Amino acid sequence: MLDKDQIKQLRRMKEKHPMPEQAPQDRVKNYNEVPFGYDADTAIKEATRCLQCKEAKCVEGCPVEVDIPGFIGLIAEGKFDEGIKKLKEKNNLPAVCGRVCPQESQCEAFCIRGKKGEPVAIGRLERFLADYELAKGVETPPKPPSTGKRVAIVGAGPAGLTAAGDLARMGHEVVLFEAFHATGGVLRYGIPEFRLPKEKVLQREVDYIASLGVDIKTNVVVGKTITIDELFDEEGFQAVFIGTGAGLPMFLNIPGENLNGVFSANEFLTRANLMKAYLFPDYDTPIKLGKKVAVVGAGNVAMDSARTSLRLGAEEVHIVYRRSDKEMPARAEEIEHAKEEGVVFNLLTNPVKIIGDENGWVKGMECIRMELGEPDDSGRARPVPIKGSEFIFDVDTIVIAIGQSPNPLIPQTTSDLEISRWGTIEADEEGATSRKGVYAGGDIVTGAATVILAMGAGKVAARAMDNYLKTL
Amino acid sequence: MFKIVKKRVLADVSKLMEVEAPLVARKAQPGQFIILRVDDNGERIPLTIADSDKEKGTITIIFQEVGKTTMQLGALEEGDYLSDFVGPLGQAMELPTTGRIIAVGGGVGIAPVYPKVKAFHEAGMEVISIIGARTADLLILEDEMRAVSKELHVCTDDGTKGHHGFVSDILQKFLDDKSQKIDEIIAVGPLPMMRAVSNQTKPYGVKTMVSLNPIMVDGTGMCGCCRVTVGGQTKFTCVDGPVFDAHEVDFVELTRRGQMYLQEEKVAVDKYEHECRSGGGR
Repeated sequence: MLDKDQIKQLRRMKEKHPMPEQAPQDRVKNYNEVPFGYDADTAIKEATRCLQCKEAKCVEGCPVEVDIPGFIGLIAEGKFDEGIKKLKEKNNLPAVCGRVCPQESQCEAFCIRGKKGEPVAIGRLERFLADYELAKGVETPPKPPSTGKRVAIVGAGPAGLTAAGDLARMGHEVVLFEAFHATGGVLRYGIPEFRLPKEKVLQREVDYIASLGVDIKTNVVVGKTITIDELFDEEGFQAVFIGTGAGLPMFLNIPGENLNGVFSANEFLTRANLMKAYLFPDYDTPIKLGKKVAVVGAGNVAMDSARTSLRLGAEEVHIVYRRSDKEMPARAEEIEHAKEEGVVFNLLTNPVKIIGDENGWVKGMECIRMELGEPDDSGRARPVPIKGSEFIFDVDTIVIAIGQSPNPLIPQTTSDLEISRWGTIEADEEGATSRKGVYAGGDIVTGAATVILAMGAGKVAARAMDNYLKTL
Repeated sequence: MFKIVKKRVLADVSKLMEVEAPLVARKAQPGQFIILRVDDNGERIPLTIADSDKEKGTITIIFQEVGKTTMQLGALEEGDYLSDFVGPLGQAMELPTTGRIIAVGGGVGIAPVYPKVKAFHEAGMEVISIIGARTADLLILEDEMRAVSKELHVCTDDGTKGHHGFVSDILQKFLDDKSQKIDEIIAVGPLPMMRAVSNQTKPYGVKTMVSLNPIMVDGTGMCGCCRVTVGGQTKFTCVDGPVFDAHEVDFVELTRRGQMYLQEEKVAVDKYEHECRSGGGR
């Protein structure tokens, strides 16, 4: 236990306890997770930095309403078993969230300690507790009495998994449909192994959701294999949650985009992550990568693509982004990691044409330099091309990571579902759509956003669905 | 897991399997495809739905052993299981209800042509079918095709059966016969054959449909690996196709994209054959 002086000192400590991690020169040669996580001693010390505010602002920044001072206080007291229980009262996927949540713009952004120095490392503490439990064996809460109501969840990504877990804990019979052969959605196909280990972390948390009583059915493409209408009319479901995400890749629509060696980030990451192309030929799916890779875009998906390229053996990896470093949408931590690993950032640079060799493979990309003008609709400075500044970027592989749009399969095949002009499903703040009993949440409602916002939407919708089911 | 309930060797390396997949069978329509994975390390490959049986809850697939995955699939027997089997994917083919139709199937392309001809037949339409293969031993589904066609023309490159020559020779006769109008041609087979038929029919202005089979990963529009230029626009074969107007398809680009992983395909086959020889496998 810490003595009074130590506690006093920790309460004054301005910085978070640093996260131990693999050195950049080592980690670009493997797929192992980059940060190692806190040990118990460090976790207790970091937790002691928390001032245990009566009206804790951090909770306001958490889309899934975790009692943050509650679980941190228990860590400070060394009560890890109680801590994880507290955390899991609200969050079914803490090991995932502790790794991929943008805490700096959510809970930690509200932390009072952040006013003078760094906030409490809430994310790292969350990860600590989750990993502690995974290591010792996950406990399944007792099953609630059955309500006799049947709920279908479409899409086993962050929104769907959260909604499924919560609804099962409320006593409903839950069936979760997934189009792929594996669960997790973007957590599986999008986020790389070195940020979110699949077997060690993701699969364990999915297993936990299943242990709550959720029946997971993979290889079912709702909209094709079975429609929402049929889920109600023929399969006897009383409510449906749609969490099908923003799965469609956007392209630049410039000449040469169909040349060999041009990938959407979705294809690139799906091959690498879901299909484990980095283990080819032990796994059957290959990935074709040249020596010099340009990743177009500067969001988290772009950083993941760039860092994956390095690990796949690319000699040079470039981020190409049309705005400046201030507008880059990726998390600061991801950008920092990419830079440390040697990714080169080409800012205020916009591709205009992809150039192919005589066999139709990429051999270069014509780009134009940009400057920042007046703010656009998004409030960010609009990039304007500088006339005559075109130049040829010598690359042999291009990954387009400029965003994803909603998957149209369900909107196209479901009756009475209101769709916005962006292709997203219209839903109110509780996730209720225009059709009775149908709820939606995550990227299919908001357009491409974050894992935790999708989880928040799943949680809110689960509560609303529970209320709805009670009226039946 | 999806059980293989029937297996038939159609020709040397062409095999037919019926797979238990009741949900897919309930929805399958001509023109659509499935994606399967043989095992947990497997790749996702698309195969045309050659037939389906709602009552039995089965889907029929026909494939030629051309790469590691299809070789591994071909080595499975009745009673074995596939890890994953998902569908039906892609758009169902639009079926014209009147007119004179010619269906052309080359090699293993006879398999995807068959369900389309069968659908026409069941809709009461008369179809002239032309099927061909390199040699008689490789000719598949002849009896099945005969049963649903008004006329069946068979050809082999080496003359071991039927007309000695290509499907295009027979097709040409129909194109030249001005006395009877052709309303639509459906051609499925290896890319060079579809491209040849497309070039052949274009000057005659006869609507020609082809079913494409590019490399895919997810098969639900998520990755864009199967993109193809049709009428100057990028389409995703998995969600917009797989059947397209041949005269609009950029076959040069399609052929090139199909060769992207030739090297890796060879690596995978070599490894698989080595493992089979050494009695191992994984």
